[in-house]
Amino acid sequence: MNATEPMKAIKGGEFLIRETSADSIFIPEEWNEEQLMIAETCTNFLAQQVTPNLQRIDEQEEGLMRHLMDEAGALGLLGISVPEEYGGFGKDFKTAMLVTEKLGAGHSFSVAFSAHTGIGTMPILYYGNDAQKQKYIPKLASGEWKGAYCLTEPAAGSDANSGKTRAKLSADGKHYLITGQKMWITNAGFADVFTVFAKIDDDENLSAFIVEKDFEGLSLNTEEHKMGIKGSSTRQVFFNDCKVPVENLLSERQNGFKIAVNILNLGRIKLGGGTVGASKDVITSSVRYANEREQFGRAISKYGAIKYKLAEQAIRTYAAESAVYRASQNMEEATEMLIASGLDENKAKLKGTEQFAIEAAILKVHASEVLDYVTDEGVQIYGGMGYSAEAPMDRSYRDSRINRIFEGTNEINRLLTVDMMLKRAMKGELDLMGPAQKVAGELVSIPDFGAAEEDGLFTKEKKYIANFKKAILLVAGAAVQKLMTQLGKEQEVLMNLADMLIELYVSESLQLRVEKLVGLRGEDACKEQLDMMRVYINDAAERIAKMGREALNSFAEGDEKRMMLMGLKRFTKTEDINTTQARRNIAAKLIVENKYCF
Amino acid sequence: MGLSFPLNNINLKNEKLIMRILVCISQVPDTSTKIVLKNNNTSVSSDGVTWVINPYDEWYALIRAIELKESGIATDVHLVTVGKADVEPVIRKALALGGDEAIRIDADSNDPYEIAHYIAEYAAGAGYDLILCGKESIDYNNGTTGAMLAELLDIDYIGFATGIQVEADTAVVTREIEGGEETDACNLPLVISCQKGVAEARIPNMRGIMAARTRPLKVITPSTITAVTEMLSYELPPAKTGIKLVSPDNLDELVELLHTEAKVI
Repeated sequence: MNATEPMKAIKGGEFLIRETSADSIFIPEEWNEEQLMIAETCTNFLAQQVTPNLQRIDEQEEGLMRHLMDEAGALGLLGISVPEEYGGFGKDFKTAMLVTEKLGAGHSFSVAFSAHTGIGTMPILYYGNDAQKQKYIPKLASGEWKGAYCLTEPAAGSDANSGKTRAKLSADGKHYLITGQKMWITNAGFADVFTVFAKIDDDENLSAFIVEKDFEGLSLNTEEHKMGIKGSSTRQVFFNDCKVPVENLLSERQNGFKIAVNILNLGRIKLGGGTVGASKDVITSSVRYANEREQFGRAISKYGAIKYKLAEQAIRTYAAESAVYRASQNMEEATEMLIASGLDENKAKLKGTEQFAIEAAILKVHASEVLDYVTDEGVQIYGGMGYSAEAPMDRSYRDSRINRIFEGTNEINRLLTVDMMLKRAMKGELDLMGPAQKVAGELVSIPDFGAAEEDGLFTKEKKYIANFKKAILLVAGAAVQKLMTQLGKEQEVLMNLADMLIELYVSESLQLRVEKLVGLRGEDACKEQLDMMRVYINDAAERIAKMGREALNSFAEGDEKRMMLMGLKRFTKTEDINTTQARRNIAAKLIVENKYCF
Repeated sequence: MGLSFPLNNINLKNEKLIMRILVCISQVPDTSTKIVLKNNNTSVSSDGVTWVINPYDEWYALIRAIELKESGIATDVHLVTVGKADVEPVIRKALALGGDEAIRIDADSNDPYEIAHYIAEYAAGAGYDLILCGKESIDYNNGTTGAMLAELLDIDYIGFATGIQVEADTAVVTREIEGGEETDACNLPLVISCQKGVAEARIPNMRGIMAARTRPLKVITPSTITAVTEMLSYELPPAKTGIKLVSPDNLDELVELLHTEAKVI
């Protein structure tokens, strides 16, 4: 980049083709005093009100969840990102994410919290007119009213726009009459306000409505029996000519699908933050148990097999966290720029989030899978007690699983990741073609053996990451070229590409975070973080190589395939490092601190 | 030992309709902190320590003061701490819970007499009716600052309160005694050290957190005084040793072990 060229805004998806400087990202080690206080309030709230009551919550004790939501409301936690004019605190996106992360360890409570503050409040806040906002938002921000969101139907899950719920105008033109059935509705049992999606007459697209629980024609089914998050109220909601005043149409007719998608973008990245919080909590439990539990005369944390697990739990969590806050910062900056260019604040927020929808999908997938890994190993560290309902791992294990399903399954989000990337390339918003052609050219040229580069602390990792990008461009470029319009049907290839993009984004976010951290605290204070970065990127290279091979083997042939496989090998090559020792170092720190400490 | 108090200019007053409370706040390491000694065991390393408000100061003294203000009995609640600039995040945390303003006395001390002296020096002219502190700080556990402060100010002191009611110019204080409790009435001004029972812990809410930034935090420089005690060294408790389980059927072995290994019988 020319030194005099003005700093361009980072665009969503651009991480694949652009180098990012460590200075430009936000890292969680930079939280300010006020943000740390807010985080502590969340942690204390969970410790005092939620964690001691998890069993009662799971038994759905009458009124308990509503009471806890009231308490969270009294602390101001339900209005963090609501503007002050509507009774909230107008905090920035990162702070809202921090709250979501800290409350993420609250099991069913965190589901109720996220549903209320996210899909329960945001559609009205972002798309409501002033009268609607005045009427509903202050009550939702204070917690006086609880919110829910009705999109999914028995036959319309991932394919949300295919819903059968219909709305028609009443004879007097004063009401919409909604008829249909919604399913898996979080908070349904105690919600006062529902954002309901339905098609008006024979419209092609959904519209959205604000429906109060007391509107005539709304009824609830009994609670669903679920594998986990048992304390979260999940019911079917029935609409039988439910009378909704016409002024409760949200935004414009047929704008509902757009609302649903945009709100889900927000929900996805938030889910990334929440699962990071849950992962940290499980790691703390795992370390404590490993330090207490003795076998063969020693704490099990002294054994390498356990150290490996503890370290790997921490590495993946730290990496996911790096990516969550990098993307959050990007969204915030994009929003600020849009506001500066004259866009209305809410529209800017939506557009800023939409700009990073690829990253949001990546984070949803990655962080939910990290939590599943972390809880699975948590159960294993607890051994027999891990399988006992008396110990905390039982609940963590069951509660984790839903995160790979709701807010768009991880499969849908993987498809979206690649789909959005390619669509942006086709629209000319992202120049993937140029870089992809360059990589193709590199394949037939003599490999660059790296002329005596200066060996800085991050030189190797930066080179690896630059190569990961080439590996993806190589495979994606070939897939587009070979499969063309058929690519959309080759879901296995799309899954491979999505996994490669996820590994790239997370590796790069982790590397940038550690680089920035070393700049702030010095190398000596960041030894474990450097180890985490090295281990993660080392393993990511192998995962990227595997996914790339799988994809190439599925559609390429002959000499061309051999050449591309050689290129892939070259782009995913890393120097061998002692990952065993690195993991021991990371585990040693966790064991001494007796908690997740990064 | 060079006592410079009682001060000549004590101005603790109790005018009708105005009731000012001073709460003494101390910064302590979080209870989960791993204590590491340095400088030949003469000081405690602050590396990686998470600092919190001393729980007795926070959960009981400060919250009770805030309750008295909320119920219209107290008009002003001020917080005071003795410490260098690095204690400010903790005093702002206290302000997030409540309190109208904070005073940081710019000195670094672990000596309770020295600390009491600094606070007395500030409070003597400031017209507080009630001074609340925790029964002890959970770091050095001297538990004497409150009593010394009262003595230096030449006002009354009630220690180890479990309940505080204030009416007009009188405080009715419940305190724990061996095997029961007693209730005392005492005229203001007064220093009370607080423990469990005085109030219930609270969590700072968003409004408080956001207001904390805007509440005044004054820094004052104290006069110089020499501490009356000199700390020679610290020692960590011996590491926990393993537990030996003895079967209930084998009491002879237990007696033998208590006699030969534990050497307690």
